[in-house]
Formats: sequence, C-alpha cells, structure tokens
Amino acid sequence: MSVINQTAEALPMLARLKRRKWPPEVGIFLVLVGISLFFEAVGWYLNGQSFIFNLERLEIIILQMAVIGIIAVGVNMVIITGGIDLSSGSVVAAAAVVSASLAQISDFPRAVFPQLTDLPIIWPVLAGVTVGLIIGLINGSLIAFTAIPPFIATLGTMVAARGFAKWFTGAMPVSMLTDQFAWIGSGANPVVIFLLTAVIFHIVLRYTRFGKFTYAIGANRQAAVVSGINVNRHLIYIYAIAGLLSGIAGTVTAARAISGQSGMGVMYELDAIAAVVIGGTSLAGGVGRVTGTVIGVLILGVMTSGFTFIRIDAFYQEMVKGVIIVAAVVADMYRQRKRRT
Amino acid sequence: MSESALAERPAATPSADVPLLEITGIVKAFPGVVALDHVGFRLRAGTVHALMGENGAGKSTLMKIIAGVYTPDEGTVRVKGKPVVLRSPLDALNNGIAMIHQELNLMPFMTVAENIWIRREPLTRLGLVDHGELRRRTQTLFERLAIDIDPEIEVRRLSIANRQMVEIAKAVSFDSDVLIMDEPTSALTEKEVEHLFRIVRQLRVQGKGIVYITHKMNELFEIADEVSVFRDGRFIGTKLSSELTRDEVIRMMVGREVTQMFPKEQVPIGEVVLSVRNLGLKNVFHDVSFDLRAGEILGLAGLVGSGRSNVAEALFGVVPATSGEILIDGKKVAINSPGLAMRHGMAFLTEDRKETGCFLLLDILANMDMAVLSHRYVKFGFVRSRPLQHDCDEMGRSLRIKTPSLQEVIQNLSGGNQQKVLISRWLMTQPRILLLDEPTRGIDVGAKAEIHRLVTQLAGKGVAVLMISSEMPEVLGMSDRVMVMHEGRVTGIVDRKDADQVKIMELASH
Repeated sequence: MSVINQTAEALPMLARLKRRKWPPEVGIFLVLVGISLFFEAVGWYLNGQSFIFNLERLEIIILQMAVIGIIAVGVNMVIITGGIDLSSGSVVAAAAVVSASLAQISDFPRAVFPQLTDLPIIWPVLAGVTVGLIIGLINGSLIAFTAIPPFIATLGTMVAARGFAKWFTGAMPVSMLTDQFAWIGSGANPVVIFLLTAVIFHIVLRYTRFGKFTYAIGANRQAAVVSGINVNRHLIYIYAIAGLLSGIAGTVTAARAISGQSGMGVMYELDAIAAVVIGGTSLAGGVGRVTGTVIGVLILGVMTSGFTFIRIDAFYQEMVKGVIIVAAVVADMYRQRKRRT
Repeated sequence: MSESALAERPAATPSADVPLLEITGIVKAFPGVVALDHVGFRLRAGTVHALMGENGAGKSTLMKIIAGVYTPDEGTVRVKGKPVVLRSPLDALNNGIAMIHQELNLMPFMTVAENIWIRREPLTRLGLVDHGELRRRTQTLFERLAIDIDPEIEVRRLSIANRQMVEIAKAVSFDSDVLIMDEPTSALTEKEVEHLFRIVRQLRVQGKGIVYITHKMNELFEIADEVSVFRDGRFIGTKLSSELTRDEVIRMMVGREVTQMFPKEQVPIGEVVLSVRNLGLKNVFHDVSFDLRAGEILGLAGLVGSGRSNVAEALFGVVPATSGEILIDGKKVAINSPGLAMRHGMAFLTEDRKETGCFLLLDILANMDMAVLSHRYVKFGFVRSRPLQHDCDEMGRSLRIKTPSLQEVIQNLSGGNQQKVLISRWLMTQPRILLLDEPTRGIDVGAKAEIHRLVTQLAGKGVAVLMISSEMPEVLGMSDRVMVMHEGRVTGIVDRKDADQVKIMELASH
C-alpha cells in the first residue's frame, strides 16, 4: 500500500523533472559522474581503495589537465565561430622554448642568451605569451584576409611553429631555469591559471558584446556581416586570443618541467579539441559554453588517470579515447538533427 | 542532317492524340503558401511548350514536380497516357523526362564525355572505363545535335554557353522524350541563343517535347509552339503562340484585381534623404539613379536577376558599388561596409531569411539585438541585459511575435514570426532609411498584412523605405513610386497614379 503511494507521488515529480529545462551541460556532467563512479567501483574491486576520494589523485588529475584546459578555453571560442585551431600544440612548444630561454640561471655556461640570464620573471612570461599572440595573429590574419579555411591556415602554422621551436633550440632542451620561473608551474598554480582563464572567458562569452558577436559569426557568418559586425576583425581577435592562451599554456608547461623542449605539447591541440567537442560545443559553430569545455577537460583527465588507476595499458587508453571523441561528435550531430526537425 | 536523324529516330509517340506528358490537378503546398493549386497542362510530341508567369507564379515548382525533385500533394502525372509516380530525378529520367537546370550541374574537373556518361560509362573487359568508346559515343551524340565541342576537354574550360550545350546533350543522351529547359538563355549571348534555338528546333523535329520556361517575350514568339500561362500558383490557359500577341500574354500573366489588402495611407512626403547617382557594380548593374524621401515608399520591381537585390546590397555596403555616388541628406558618403551604412541610419532586411537573415541556432533575443549592439545597450563591452531584454520584449509585443519567450530558439518559429524578429532587429536600430528585400516572401497571409501595416506605419513616422518585391500587388499597393529594373538597368520610375501591372511588366521584360 505504502509502496503504491510512493510511486504515485514519485511519478509526477519525475515528470516535472523531465519537463524542466536543464542547462545543456547537465548531460555531460552526468557522464563525468558516471565515468568517475565506474572507476570508483572497479577501483574498490581491484585495488581496495577509493578512486575519487583521494586528494592526491584529484590534484594530479587536475594538474595534468590544466595546460590542456587553458588551451581548450581558447579553442572553444575558435570552434564557436565555426573554425578550428590545429596550431595550439606547436605554439606550446614555441612558447615553452622561448620563455625558457629567457629564464635561465647565470651560472649555466651553455645558456641560449648568455647575456640575458637571471632576468625577472616578467620577461620570460611576456616572451612566451607574445610568441603565442603573434602566431595567433598570423592565424587570424590568414583566415580573415586570404579566406583560406582555418584548417589549412592553422595546419600551416602548426608545422611552422614546431619547426621554429626545433630551430630555436637546435632540438636540445633549454634547462637550468630560475626558481622564480619554476614557481609558475609549481603547486596548484597551473590549476589557478586554468580556472582564472575559464572564469574570464565564461564571462566574456556570456555577458559581453564580444561574446554575442562570437556566437553570431558561428551561427551564420553572412547574417553577421549584414548585421554590421566586422567579422574579419573579430576572427583575428578570436585566433589571437586562442594563440595567446596557448602561449600561456606553453609557458606553464616549461615552468612545470623546469625546461623548455621543442617536443613539448605534441597532440595537445587534439586533446583540447576533443575536450571542447565532448563539452558540447558544435563543430558547425554557433553553440558552446565554457562550463561544458571545463567538464570536457575533466572527463579526459578522469579517463587518463582512471585507466592508469585500474592498471589498463596506455595503448588501450588511447584507443578508448579515440572512441569517446568520435562518440561525442556523433552525439553532437544527432543533437543537431533533432533540433532541426 | 536533320532529315536523316528524323528517319533514324521516328517520333516517339505511338499516336498523335496521346500527349507525351499530361499533368492534371497538381496541388503542392509549402508551409504557409500554396505554390500550386490544381494545376495541369499537356505537352505534345514535337512541340516546344513555353511556360510563362511572374516570379512566384509556380512555374519552377511545377517543373520540379515533373522532374521528380518535389512530390505533389495531389494530382497525377501521365507519361504517354500512363500514370507515373516520380519520387526522384532518377524516376523522372527512367520515365523519359530530363531537366536542364538553371544552375548547371556539371563537374568542372571532368571531361565533357565523362560528364555526359557519368554512371553509364562504357567498360572494357577488365572493368575499366573504355575511353575510346566514350569519345565515339559523345561524338555521335554531338553530331546528331550539331554541337561542336571537343569531348575530351575539361568542362571548366568551356564557356557558359558551351556548358549549356553539354547539359542539353546529356539530357538527350538519356533518350528522354521530354526535355525541360529552365530559362536556358539567361546567360547566353545573342549568337549563342541562335545556336541553342537551332538545337531546340532539331529536337522538335525528332519528336521530342520541350518544356521551355522563360521570361523573355521575344523568345516566346521565336521558338514556342504553345504557351501556358500561370499566375499565383494557378493555371490560366494554354494558347497557340501564333494566335497570341505580346499584350495578350502580359494580360494573362497579370490580369487580376489589385485587392485592397494593402492599407496605403497617404503620408506627408519629406525631404530627400537618400540620393543615388549613376551607381554601378561591374558586370552586375549600371547607372542606377534615384531619390528617396522621408516618408516615401519606393517600390523596386523587376525579374529575379535584374539586379534589384544587388542595388540594395551595394547601398548597404555588403558588396560595395564600383562606380557612382551615394548621398545621404545631400552629403556624399562612402559606404563600404554594413557597419558604415548603419551609422548613416540605414537598415537592410535581406531577401533570404535562412542564408543571410536568421541566426537559426540562437535564441530570439540574440536574433533581435545583434544589430543594435553595435551602438547601444553596451557599457565597457558588457551587454546591459536588463534594458535590452525590456526593450526587446516591448518590440516583440508590439510586432505580435508569437512565442512563449524571447529565449526560444528562432528555428522553432514560423516563417512569418521569423521575419518579424528580423524586422525588429532593424527597428531596434531606429533607422531612417529602410531597405526591404522581399519582406513578405514565403509567409502566410496574416503575417503579410501585419508587415504591410507596419511598413506603412514606419513611413508615416518619416522613415524612407526602399522595398524590393516580386509580388506585383504588393509593389502596386504599397509604393508611392515604383522603380523597375531589367538586366541591371533602371528601365523606368512610375508614379503611383500611373502604375499598373501591365506597365510594370512591360518595363520589367522590356
């Protein structure tokens, strides 16, 4: 009797829950929770310990993903405009080696710039960020003024920036960096930088005219032009921001490793794109939120450390990651088709 | 040559009284409009049958039904007396109906022969394409049609006229009995048109039936045996072209009462706000000059492709003009971007709601505020959302946009409501000069009337309106003056009291 009563009461409540308009992030947040619970359960079974309730592990997850996260925030905006940025990983390398070269200690005999050692922290940071900004500006200008597809433009800078990093270092690591510089990458600092970027660009996308125009361009570029938006200028800004954030990511990477290497950041662009897409941003443009991207980053992070935790081979991890990325895009297309009908 | 071709290929119809193609009672409705209302016509073998009618009369819809692109809601299509159901262009081809589209569908990087026989390539024993046989077949086909084009040349190297010939040859290669040509001469020079007509005559001798859509009166009398006229999705009549005069055709095309659907109010006409002097865009339109006054509605009529929309785009800086001057309040201005045009108080409702109007994925609010954000409701880059939301709500109410809230995605609205949102986008900017391109295309009658009332009200408030429209009653009902364009030139500006449909059609088809 009481059971029947309970279901009778529960039903309208479920219906009410269904009818309420949920923010689009709820779906992928549940996926994040689901994946975590899966590792939690398997973790207890295999290892006899908790996966989630382990501060040390949580810290590692977030730390690992902070650099990808910083990049993803910029890539998210690029993808909202209907574009793509493949150069992020190479920008990380270029920014890492340049910033590291200005952060070396004076008693290191083989410094890249022997006259420019023991500089205050501002110089290497500024240099790393500027490298990113410049490459971003090149991306944006190519896309705006030559009208070549973003895929091609950023593919070009991706190859070129990697080449630059190798030339700059002679493919040797730039090491022996100041403690001051290393501080940027120490402790929770990368996470703080990631969260700060996320918050700033969340506000930019939601509450500023710049954000509104970004969505407009992705939703219908022609209509944006006719509405009086300077689309070319806006696209240059967007790619410049994406480059700048990759520059920050590169600087952080060098600081964390206390070394700048031309091989850094390989495939980071793909991780960032994956996080953005998993986070619900549509590759067709016009749709996407920073909150989704942050969750997408966390999903990638939880998967990586989760698989390690339950001792699954790194090769399998990559295969599963590939499947998840494709599944996310398929889900995105399905969502769009549903919206259209 | 034509004699021998005739001998080889006798007329395809078994008996002369059964028409090659007969359609009856065709109805086709799109959301908000009935494009075809119980339409029918018959095509006899060995004749060229012209279809005439204003833009939106339903000719193209009808042709797409015959070619299997659209399926009709009601009605039957009979090929040689046998009822057929055409679900796809392939179905139509299999029933001997081939369409030559206005926009050519050839693959530019393949050769002429490959294009013609695509998916039907002759194969060698090894299953590879037999290029020798391919060339021979193409040559035979071209000889039959007196076409002189190298079958091995890539299509992208051909002129538009020659591509048209290839399209025709391709259609003939299916041994189709019915060929549909949709304004085939629109991109051809006089000489090329002559060649085309020679081919068409040859096809006629071979017993084919040719459906020929055109806007050009002289072509009608030169090539067509019969003429069917359509108006507002209805069939008006079929006549032998030899029994018709130019004036009669025009009367059949427009002959209707101008209904009092258009609440034109006479409002005081003010100063000249916009002057256009010898405006031109290379190869598109030339020497366009007119004045537009505050409170005036200037209608801009002309066939699709006459350059009407290009003039509006040039005025708004979407594709800036290459010659001539634009003066606003008597001062010369250079407008090379929409942003600049907006600063001069202009607004531009584009023709194509989906392509250049709506941000389909975004909500109504975003669709409404995107233009005004360039000037108002923004402080230090941040959108002042409370006053913005308030004013947009108000605008939505006053235009009676039917939606639960402005947070609804615009995609879910009806065409009429979408159009109202786009109009509000521009009204938010409080324009002095309003350029409207087909403001009521594809929306239902109720919303249409509301938009007409709104435009009249705006004129009453002193807004200068340039309204492009293909709908004759709308142009005549709303405008103080009507400017008519034909092939990139202004052919006349007619005062309201002198304007009637026949006069405008004459100026538009010149």
